[in-house]
Amino acid sequence: MNIRSTFEDGRLTIYFEGELDHHAARDALRQIEERIDATCPRETVLDFKGLTFMDSSGIAVVVKAYKRTSQVGGKLSVTNLGPQPRRVLQAAGVERFVRVIVTPKEV
Amino acid sequence: MTETNSFKMEFLSRSANESFARAVVACFAAQLDPTLEELGDIKTAVSEAVTNCIVHAYPDTIGKIRLRVRILDGDTVEITVKDFGCGIEDVAKARQPMFTTGGEERSGMGFTIMESFMDKLIVRSKPGKGTTVVMRRKIQRRESAK
Ligand SMILES: Nc1ncnc2c1ncn2[C@@H]1O[C@H](COP(=O)(O)OP(=O)(O)O)[C@@H](O)[C@H]1O
Ligand SMILES: [Mg+2]
Repeated sequence: MNIRSTFEDGRLTIYFEGELDHHAARDALRQIEERIDATCPRETVLDFKGLTFMDSSGIAVVVKAYKRTSQVGGKLSVTNLGPQPRRVLQAAGVERFVRVIVTPKEV
Repeated sequence: MTETNSFKMEFLSRSANESFARAVVACFAAQLDPTLEELGDIKTAVSEAVTNCIVHAYPDTIGKIRLRVRILDGDTVEITVKDFGCGIEDVAKARQPMFTTGGEERSGMGFTIMESFMDKLIVRSKPGKGTTVVMRRKIQRRESAK
């Protein structure tokens, strides 16, 4: 799992690449927390374009990003979800509290 | 149900083996010509079951995990994941959505995902002895395969 981020105009975008399972999650949680605390974003975007696999460990990562961003008064969205991560988020009902941006080609 | 193919393996509860286990099962299941969605569901369920052994069954030690995969009746994948760890006191409670003993790093959605992504989920556990999870998923015959 590879994570990088950009910060521009109050928007923190975090890019995920690879597979997000329990093995990768601890490091992902730490990095996300660190980035949100350092930037206090108005909006955090989790960009899952490069994410090839996610299990329920990824749900904990999304929930963590949501809580941390809310604490600093920002909102969270998730974008570029592939079909597999999308099914996992749907099964967990995450779409009820996190905005999922559906890219045109998925429609 | 008749077994038409099967394999068994044993590995240690190291988190690097999560991706290994789901990749092995996906490779084996490929003989049934599953769709990408079916394969994704199976990989996710395996990831959940194996992660539970690593995180919950052996919280402070490294233990053994046994994986068995069978093809039944030529169209169904059956996956058995067994550990010899701490076991589950109340299985019905553990299977409820959002129930977790794992704190902030866990979501409590593992069993819910196994249940909804597979056709059948059986969980047997004895506190102090270990846990066995059996999952089945029938692979649909595809039009293009005819
Ligand atoms: N193999 C296992 N050995 C011991 N306890 C387990 C095992 N699998 C699951 N559990 C228990 O069941 C609970 C729910 O599991 P699950 O739905 O996968 O959620 P999570 O792993 O996020 O906690 C766990 O928190 C744990 O208490
Ligand atoms: Mg779990």
